[in-house]
Formats: sequence, structure tokens, C-alpha cells
Amino acid sequence: MAKYVIKRVIMALITILVVACVTFLLMMSVPGSPFNDEKITAQQMAQMDAKYGLDKPLLVQMANYMKGALHGDLGVSLKMQKDRPVLEIIAEKFPLSAKIGVIALIWAVVVGVPLGCLAAYNRGKWIDSLLRIISTLGISMPGFVVATFLLILFCNEDAPFSFLGIKTIFDESQGVRAYFMPCFALGLYPMCYIARLSRSSMLDALGQDYIKTARAKGLATPKIIFKHALRNGVIPVITYLGPLTAFTLCGGFVVETVFTIPGLGRYFVQSVQNRDYFLIMGTTIFLATLVIVMNLVVDILYKVVDPRIDLAKGD
Amino acid sequence: MNENKTEAQSGKLLEVKDLRVSFFTPAGEVKAVSGISYDLNYDEVMGIVGESGSGKSQEAYSIMGLLQSPGKVIGGSITFEGRDVLAFDKKEMTAFRGSEVAMIFQNPMTCLNPVYTVGNQLIEALRAHDKKITKQEAAKRAMEMLELVGINNVQKRMKQYPHEFSGGMRQRVMIAMGLICHPKLLIADEPTTALDVTIQAQILELMKDLQKKTHMGIIFITHNLGVVAEICDKVSVMYAGKIVEQGPVDDIFYRPGHPYTMGLLRSMPRVDAESYERLIPIEGTPVDMLNPPEGCPFAPRCEHCMKICLQKMPPYVELGDNHRAACWLRVQERLNEKQGEEAVQNG
Repeated sequence: MAKYVIKRVIMALITILVVACVTFLLMMSVPGSPFNDEKITAQQMAQMDAKYGLDKPLLVQMANYMKGALHGDLGVSLKMQKDRPVLEIIAEKFPLSAKIGVIALIWAVVVGVPLGCLAAYNRGKWIDSLLRIISTLGISMPGFVVATFLLILFCNEDAPFSFLGIKTIFDESQGVRAYFMPCFALGLYPMCYIARLSRSSMLDALGQDYIKTARAKGLATPKIIFKHALRNGVIPVITYLGPLTAFTLCGGFVVETVFTIPGLGRYFVQSVQNRDYFLIMGTTIFLATLVIVMNLVVDILYKVVDPRIDLAKGD
Repeated sequence: MNENKTEAQSGKLLEVKDLRVSFFTPAGEVKAVSGISYDLNYDEVMGIVGESGSGKSQEAYSIMGLLQSPGKVIGGSITFEGRDVLAFDKKEMTAFRGSEVAMIFQNPMTCLNPVYTVGNQLIEALRAHDKKITKQEAAKRAMEMLELVGINNVQKRMKQYPHEFSGGMRQRVMIAMGLICHPKLLIADEPTTALDVTIQAQILELMKDLQKKTHMGIIFITHNLGVVAEICDKVSVMYAGKIVEQGPVDDIFYRPGHPYTMGLLRSMPRVDAESYERLIPIEGTPVDMLNPPEGCPFAPRCEHCMKICLQKMPPYVELGDNHRAACWLRVQERLNEKQGEEAVQNG
């Protein structure tokens, strides 16, 4: 197990390095500069470039950046919050995105999996059809559509739920009310996807011989479904959770934008628009690390759920 | 308590009368089991023999209330120790399964849940019916059962997962799990089919042994007549949802009354056969259960087929003590005998 984790960590470092290099080159190949401004003179521009080392050859720049990154220095913001360390900015912006992401994820799993079980157990009945319609709708609606619907429902002057007083612009001081819309919008797609995924894997599990054995043993139906079928049926859901966690944690860019949430996702998009080079690099490396760590966690979770999986083998 | 038990044991353990099971498929009604009757005493082993699709498993599932939709019991009765099994509600059925009737299945490789330890699954079977038993006691019982079915090193084995067991060992675990609540009836649905021959023999030996110890009744479903000879007291031969012949195991083997039974016997390899003797298969294919023929279902494949066989289902003819077969040949024999007797009397 320890050997496996070490191996994975080494592989992760290589992956992150590749991601960083590719991002760096792509970013630099885009014309323009963070200091683009009509008021700035060519001389001032050159001074700025020299200050941040942007005047050196591309590969040297890249090497310098990587060296810094390996020492835990992700550089400073060039434009948006001038000269503030990137790590500090991430540390400030990420918790809010993570909070919304975690809540969205939790409700997606807590609602999605039981709905999937319910549909599988009632296969072919009206409740299955109803759930299928809902989940197909949820999957096919893009996040910004859902978010807009929520705004119409809750925030317009004559909206049916306007009495709840949820503000259009995210306001943390509103507490639970503030989190409702972004978490719902962010979690709806994963919830529906998980419901469909767990429906099909539960159907598969319920058709297995060991379910027949469990019934022949005289176990009660809830125990058959939630003990015997679910533990097997939940494995595909876990696979999906890895990438999903990373996706929701760094915040749906769209959802953060629609609700004006000062999270990392929205800030990332803005940093790209502003060509704030080091901020782009820092955020990308951070997100890549998050995705990789989540995938590792999921792989280890596999082992916990399914004892047949031998992590040391076949790798 | 004990008196009650002996009283109960003097009666029949299981009585099945005119049981009918149908599957209502989009293509039409499939009569998987059409009117079979038998009974089983305590301490008795009955074999149900038949080829694939003859309804032998469905018949067993209906005793356990495990018929899968669209299968349904549409007629007849199942009486277990005087109680009407078909009238059980859901709760009674759940309590009945596993505690009074246990079942073991054909494929031990897939019948244990891969994500729980063997110990967990054994203890669960026990605790499903005995709510008061503590975990420690249940674990102790589970280990005793594993020892009983011939598994060594039980302390360690309890904590292992099914994939750490071989096929034969898994079937032993299944048997231990079936017997852990001391059921009065064990239904074994082809328990040895998926195992290789030496393991098959071991499992049969084990079942025989356990049957002697526990005095339970066993319904042994198989298509292997060799297995039947090994373990059964009596046999029901099923064809196309009907029992075509039924009787004590010796009668079935030495005095078969139905051409299908004879065919099965001829197609079975024998140790004492001459080396040049070939196995004789039963010609033709099984009945299309969606459109069963009128008359005897075996008629289209029967070498002795007569006109009446294609028109009317033959009645049972008693051929000996508890030995009966449904065949027009036997009916005719009986008529001839009677005529002969009358002739003798008249003459």
C-alpha cells in the first residue's frame, strides 16, 4: 500500500510538471502582455518586463518559474493584485469555492444515490420513469441555465419565492440562504448523473446471484438493497466522484460568475482574461494537484469498498 | 416441546399438490410448471431430474417465494408442516426463508457477496432469524458450522473474502450458511453442477453426512442421474413442467416406466458398460414452452409414440409402491393385464 502511494505520488509530480510546462507555453504563445495599457510607454513596458524576468528567452523563463515552484514559490500577481504572492491569493479565494463545492457534492451524493436505488428497485414503474425524466433534464441543462432559472424563481421582484429575500449577488452574511442557489445549481448535474449511474449499477447488482442468496437467507428487503446491492452498486459512482470532486471544488466557473461569488473559479477566468501570467500558472498547478489527489483518494477508496481490488498489482 | 416435535415429524414435511407456475411474457403465457404433486417426509431426500427448462428450478423457487416476476404461482397448494406456504404474507415468508427452508444454488462462485467477509455473511444469516443472539455467539456458531462442513482454520477463514476461497470451499460455505439456522428442508438447486468431479463427490458426501446428522428433508434438483443414485431416496422426473415419472430411486433405475426416464438412463455413462457400447442420446429438442403440444409433451420425441399420445395427456399409472408414470404405454399394459385376468376368470 505505502509503495503504491509513493509510486502514485511520483507519477503525480511528473503529471503536474507536464501540465505546468504545457500551460506555460500555451500562455506565452498568446499575444499581448499583462502590462498592456495605452498609457504605458515602451520604456516603462521594458522596465516592467525586466522586473518580472519576462524579457528573458522563453525557456529560461520557464526554467526559472519551475525552479521557484519547486521551492514553493508560485510567483506574484502581475496585474490583478499587483505584487501579491499567488499562493496568498489562492489561500484567500479557494475556501469559499471549496465550501460551495463540498456542499454541492454532498447533496448530489446524498440525494442521487438513494434516488438511483429507488429507481432500480421500482424498475419500469411510474416512479422509475419520473426519476428518469428528472435526471435526463438535469443532465441536459447547462449550469448557467439552471442558475438563471433559480434567479428568476428567487430573486426577481415578482418571483414566487422572492419572500425568502435571497440577494442576486452572493452575500455571505445571509448564511444558509446565500449558499442555497449556488450549491443547488452546482450540484444538480452531478446529482442527476449520479442518480442515473447508481440506477444502472444497482440494477446490475440486484440481478446478481448473491442477491438471490440474500433473499433465500430470509433477509429483509432494505437490508438486501442497502447492504448487499448498494456496496457493489456504488463502485462506479466512486469512480465518477474523483474527477467530479475536483470539478466542484474549484467551483463551476459559470455558477460563480452568475451569482457573483468571489471564489477561485471566477478569479481564474479573470486572471486568464488579464494575462496575469503567474496567477494563471499558480491556479492551474493548484487545480491539477487537486484533481490528481482526488483521483488517488478515489483509487484508495476502491480498495476499502471492494476487497478484491489489489492496489499493488497490475500497476 | 419435544412431544410437539415428534408429532410434527410423524406428519408430512412438505406436500405439493397440483402446483402451477406460469410466466406471463409479452410473447404469451409460459407454463413452466403445470400441475405437479409430490410429498416429502422428514429425513427423506427427493431428487428432481429433468433437462434445462423443464421447470425444476422454478418449482423450487415457488416453495421459497423466490419466483422472479413475471413468474407467478397460478394454482395448486404448497403445504409445509400443515401450513399453507402460498398464503404467507411478506413478513411470514421472510421469516420462513432461511430458518425453515434453506436453499443452495448452482454457482458457488457468484452466490456469495464479494465485498463482505464469509464470517459476516454467515453471521448475518443467523441473526436475520435470531434477533436475540449476540455477535460473539453468532460468530461462534458460524465457526462451528464451518468446521462441520469441513473447513479448516476457521478463525482465519471467517475474516476472509469469498474470492479467497476455491469453488468447492465456497459451496461448503453456502451449505454452512444454509444449515446455520437448522432448517427442516434444504433445497439444493444443482449444487454440484459447477464443480469438477472430485469436488462434486466430496460435496455429495458432505451433504449425505449432514442429512444423516440433522434429519432434514432435501429436495435435490439436478440433471445428473449419477448424483441422484448417489444421494436420493426417491425421484421425480420432470419434463416440460410435468412430472412424468415418480418413485423410489431403485424403481426408477431398474424398472423405469416412462420412455423419457429410459432415455435419460440410456444417455448416462456407466462404469459397467461394455467398451463398445455407445451412449444413446434422446433425439429431438425440448418442447417449445410457449406452444406446448396437446397430449403427452414427450410424444414428439418418443420412439413408442402412438396416436393417442399426441391427443391426450396420459393419466398416472401405479407401477409399484409409490411408483407411478404418466404414459399411454403403461395404461395399455394395464388394460391388457385386466383383459387377460378377466379372460382367465371367464374362461
